[in-house]
Amino acid sequence: MTQDEVFQKIRTVLMDALAVDEDEVTMEAVLTRDLGAESIDFLDIVFKLEQAFSIKIAQGELFPDNVAQNPEFVKDGIVTPKGLAALKARMPHVDFAGFESDPQIMNVANVFTVGALMKFVQTKLAAKG
Amino acid sequence: MWIDRVVHLEPRTRLVAIKNISMAEEHLHDHFPGNPIMPASLIIEGMAQSAGILVGHANNFAEKVILAKVSKAELTEDAAPGFTLRYTATVQQMDAAGASTTGIVELVDPATGMARTIGAIDLMFSHIDRNMAGAEFPEHNFVFSDLFRTLLETSGQRLMP
Repeated sequence: MTQDEVFQKIRTVLMDALAVDEDEVTMEAVLTRDLGAESIDFLDIVFKLEQAFSIKIAQGELFPDNVAQNPEFVKDGIVTPKGLAALKARMPHVDFAGFESDPQIMNVANVFTVGALMKFVQTKLAAKG
Repeated sequence: MWIDRVVHLEPRTRLVAIKNISMAEEHLHDHFPGNPIMPASLIIEGMAQSAGILVGHANNFAEKVILAKVSKAELTEDAAPGFTLRYTATVQQMDAAGASTTGIVELVDPATGMARTIGAIDLMFSHIDRNMAGAEFPEHNFVFSDLFRTLLETSGQRLMP
């Protein structure tokens, strides 16, 4: 599957799950801030990606869970170096470069861009062979 | 309850339930005076209860299954007293975190036995104990109350533990 085919499928998934227009789904668009995704939408997106690409996504694989509640990972609203390392290890598809300069947990959702979804899906497809 | 009877259940797959619309329902007197029709919001709730039972049954009603998203709701026709609504809910996907379902709403005319599709309602359910990390909920399953138990028993479905 070409990069463009993957993108078009992801675009369709997001238009369907988030009721957004085609031109809103760009590589840089943040799922929450730009496309209006709320918590349950993440489960919806996971389900739709699984169907669209015939892949299986484990809970917490694409989007983190139980990070904010772990006192070792988040202290006073700031993601600790240990927390950041854990996030990076668990989510190699995400670019944390911008987040590292101001690692407030309330900003962590901004790292989930359409581009991150692309990278995730491509990695899953490559692993599937 | 906004369904009267579960008439068919294929575990983890499909559930069919019916709701008889009756002039005895007081809300129909106001919705609308002289033109009683089943409110669309309550038709959505009927589908949510049908699909919710299907999803809850898959885990023996151990999960607190909460309606989290109405992905789609299209109704093309009004439903009046004297008719029966038939909800067919189908699991599209289900995992530990929740489930998505698709649903068809039919209007059955008891005078002829004929049914026609009047809508489609797709929903998402969350197993809240697994998604709201850090939030605490009562241990007992407040979603599937005694009313659900009664409904399943009167439907001939002895399903709840």
